[in-house]
Formats: sequence, structure tokens, C-alpha cells
Amino acid sequence: MPFATVLLDGVSYGMVLFIISVGLTVTMGLMRVVNLAHGAFAMVGGYLAVILVRAGVPFLLAALLAAAAVGVLGAAAELAVYRPLYRKGELAQALMTFGLVFVVIAALTMIFGPEIKPLPVPGFLAGLVDVGLRPYPAYRLFLIALGLALAALLWWTIDGSLYGARLRAAVDNPRMARALGIDVSRLYTLTFAAGCALAGFGGAIGAQLLPLEPFYALRYLVLFLVVVGVGGMGNFRGSFVAALALGVLDTAGKYLLPEAAAYLFYGIVLVLLLWRPNGLLPSRAAT
Amino acid sequence: MKGLHLLPWLAALAVYFAAGGYLSLGTQVLIMILFALSLDLALGHAGIVTLGHAAFFGFGAYAAGNFAIHVHGDPLAGLAFATALTGLFGLATGALILHTRGVTLMMLTLAIASLLAEFANQAHWLTGGDDGLQGIRMAPLLGAFRFDLWGHTAYLYSLTVLAAWFAVTWRVLRSPFGRSLDGIRQSPARMHAIGTPVWRRLVAAYGLSAAMAGSAGALSAQTTRFVGLSTLGVLLSGTVLVALILGGTRRLYGAFLGATVYVVVQNVAAELDPFRWMLVLGALLMAIVLFLEGGLASLGDLAARALAGRRAGK
Repeated sequence: MPFATVLLDGVSYGMVLFIISVGLTVTMGLMRVVNLAHGAFAMVGGYLAVILVRAGVPFLLAALLAAAAVGVLGAAAELAVYRPLYRKGELAQALMTFGLVFVVIAALTMIFGPEIKPLPVPGFLAGLVDVGLRPYPAYRLFLIALGLALAALLWWTIDGSLYGARLRAAVDNPRMARALGIDVSRLYTLTFAAGCALAGFGGAIGAQLLPLEPFYALRYLVLFLVVVGVGGMGNFRGSFVAALALGVLDTAGKYLLPEAAAYLFYGIVLVLLLWRPNGLLPSRAAT
Repeated sequence: MKGLHLLPWLAALAVYFAAGGYLSLGTQVLIMILFALSLDLALGHAGIVTLGHAAFFGFGAYAAGNFAIHVHGDPLAGLAFATALTGLFGLATGALILHTRGVTLMMLTLAIASLLAEFANQAHWLTGGDDGLQGIRMAPLLGAFRFDLWGHTAYLYSLTVLAAWFAVTWRVLRSPFGRSLDGIRQSPARMHAIGTPVWRRLVAAYGLSAAMAGSAGALSAQTTRFVGLSTLGVLLSGTVLVALILGGTRRLYGAFLGATVYVVVQNVAAELDPFRWMLVLGALLMAIVLFLEGGLASLGDLAARALAGRRAGK
């Protein structure tokens, strides 16, 4: 297996992981809520995109609409489900969000059935593109470009905009931020909705790599949590590095050592978490 | 009040005579109670939030199953072997991961459980892989009581093991060691400050809890004579969490109540529609966190307080 293919496959997979997990990173750092339901939002985004595509909406527009809808759902969930949790312990948070995952899985199964829902790639992404030496799937290149663009946009939002400054202030010290007149509650709702929208977008756009079925929310949850844990909670750059690294490692493991891939992956995760319990690039806010 | 403690055990004996064809379901309930009780020790008392407790259940189940196949069919020897081995496994993994806390710890428990599940999936020679571990043959209990088709022996055997572990837990929780666990849950920093070896206590509690979960797994392997990959799965880790929380953590009989309600209702509801049951279960979990943090076992307290309040009001 040529090295470049493994690398490109791994990076495109890592980009999907990044798009889905980045919202979780920011909300877990900001709100300090153990959120086990993040995968459910990504999954709902994917299913909504399936419905829209079947109704004749073009793929990209469907993914964007699905993301917007999941964002609205996320805002509603923040107000109804997450807000009562901020003052409770991590156990209550884990259980509550676990319950939410169960509800979403059961609801989707009752509506759509337990089988995998295919989300076909549109025509212009289905072919191969010649990248120098050999042809490579356009869809994967598209994922890489999209991931880079989103990362740049997020970087600018968090590091350069007023919203980002408020967000960083609230992550570092929510009480002080409140005292300075920042509406932290609204910031929570907004950020949570944005994170969910990104997850929904990633769920739709990455459906080729992470196939949509009702247990998606549990199956890939470990993956998303690991990106957050390894990258460091609240650390957006860390999660980018972690998502790419895990994407490449997982892909390389699957290609090079198919039998040992799963051990290798969890083994690496274990070592990383033990070596750096607060993530690879601990931010100042990490406690 | 002392007589109240006899009530659950008398009920368990009554089930033995009344259950008829449902006795094997009763055995499942007992095993789930033991498993939930083990989780209560780690999570309820020591405050170790674990999402991978099924690793120990499955470990014990495979250990007992393989012991019966390769070494000897004696159930008590197999139980002792599985319990000890799982306890050691719990001590080893606990020593590794209990330096961390919070979300990192949750993910580490999840990663270890996943690693073990993946190992079991691939190690056909040891676990039978996807097909599960088959061909377990049990010798008669104490050389006298055969495991019969109706599950009489299995039920009484499981009940005895549960009672033994309950006595151990009861004793441990009332010892200085048990008290220190409650202290560590509430504030590791303060316990550390007054000289408690926090990490060592946590590892010890985790090992004990693992041994208990391993016993539950061993009982499951011995009474059903089959071990499948699902005994190591994330879903079982979630199930036992739900069972415990439903009943109430740190309540003497919370695990009893929660596991019984869970297994029985699931058995009835799953026959109708497994996913509708999952919906109810998820909603129930959320409702308990929001409105009834003490679980079902706290309903009695609430009722008592309401009564007392009314009396005081008069």
C-alpha cells in the first residue's frame, strides 16, 4: 500500500473526525459538561441529509440544511436538557446524556429501521482526480479541502473575532467573564448550537466513512471523545492535531496491520491519555 | 427495623418457590444485582465513574468458562478462580488508570473495555470469537447438586454467592477503609491532606469491585453454560449503570431494586418491541437524573418525609 494513499486516506478521515468533534471540544471546555450525546447530533444530521437528498435536494445544500436544523435542535437541547446539568456532578451529566443517546437511537430505529442508510456522493465528487502520480478519489480530496477551510474559519472566529474573545474568556474563567458583562448563558447556547451544527454537517458529509445507522451515536462516540481527550478539552488547535493524528494512525493500522489495528488504536489512545491526561497541547485553561 | 433487612432475602426465597418457569429469569436478576452491587462499590462509594465495567463481568465469565472446559467442571473452584483472576486484572488496570480523574478516567475505562472486547473478538482459541464460548460442562455443585434443566440449583447457587458478597460489602463499607472511600469521593484533596493514601485506596476498591463483577460474570457463564462477546460490550456497561442508578447508588438495596425492575421490565417489554423499550429506558434515565437523584430506593424516604412533614404540620 503506497505511503501517500495511506496518508491521504488518513488525513481525509481525520478531517471528518475534526469537523464532528471540534464542537464537543469547545463545549466540554466551555461548559465542563460531560457530553456523551454528541455523536447523536452528528447522526441526526446525517439522517436529515439522507431525507433531503431523497427529496431531490443537492448533496451540499442538503448537508448545510441538515447542519442548520441540527444547530436549532442543539440550541433546544442546551436549554432543555443541558442547562439543568451544569450544577450537577459528572455522573449525573454522563447519565443524562447517555439517556438522551438511548432516546435518539430508539427514535431513529423506529422511524428508519436498523439498517445502514446510504448517502450517495454527488456526481461531481464520485470520480477520480489525477494528483501527480496516481488518480485519487475526488470525495476524499474534497473532505480534506473542506476540513482545512473549516479549520481556518474556526481559527479566525476563535482567535480573531469578538465572539471568539468572549468565548475564550468564558472558557478561562466563566465567573470573571460574567462579571465583565459577558452574557455567558447566551454564549453557552450559541456555542453549543454551533458545535452541534458542525457535528451534524460532519455526520452528513462524512457518511461515506462513518456509515449511518442507529447505533452510530454509540459506536463512534469513543472516537469523538478520544479526539477531545487527546487534544485537550477546550483546546481547538489540539483537537485538530489529535483528529488528524488519530485519523492517520487508525487508517495506517487498518492497512498495514489489519489484524492488530484495533489494539494498536486503543493502545495508542491508552498511552497518550496516561502520558498526557490533559491532552497533547494542554491549554492554559486545562485544569 | 432490623427485620426489614430480611425482607429482600425472604422475597428472593419466595421467588424460588413461586417463579416456576421463570426461575432462570430470576437467576439473571440475581446476577445483575451482584453486578450492580459491584458497580455501586466503585462508582457509588469510591466515586470512580466507569463506563467500562462490563470488562470485568466478561473477564470473569470467560475465565470461569475456560476453567470449566480446560481444567475442571467444579463450579466453586471455577468461581474462585474467575473471581481471583478478575480481581487481579482490576488491580492491574486500576493501578494504571486511577491517577487520572474526570473525563480522562471515563475514557480510559472505555478504552480498556474496548481493548479487551477487541481481544476477545480475535482470540478464537480462547473465547470462540463471534460464536461465543461453547461446550461448558458443569460438575454437580459440592459434588451433590446437579445443575438441572429448571434452574433450581442455579438459582440457589447464585443467591448464596450474592448473599456472601453482600456480607463482604456490608462489612467493608463499615470498616475504616470503606469510610475512607466515601471521604475520597467527596474530596480527594482533603483526604490526601489528612494522610489517606488516596491512590492505593482507590486501586483496592477498584480491585474488589472487579472481583465482584468477575463473580457475577462467572455465575452467568456457569448457569447459562455459554459466554458471548456481548458480556464485554459497551451496552452491558450502560445497562448496569442504568440498573444501579434506577435503584439508587449508595443505598443498601438500591442495586437490588434497580436490577430487579430493570431485568424484569426489560424482559416483558423487549418481547413487545426492543426499541420502544430503549426509548422508555432513555427517558427514564433522564427523568431520574432530573427529578429523583436518589433512585427508586429514595422513594421510601420521600414518602416517609412527606408523612413526617404532615404530622409536624398538624
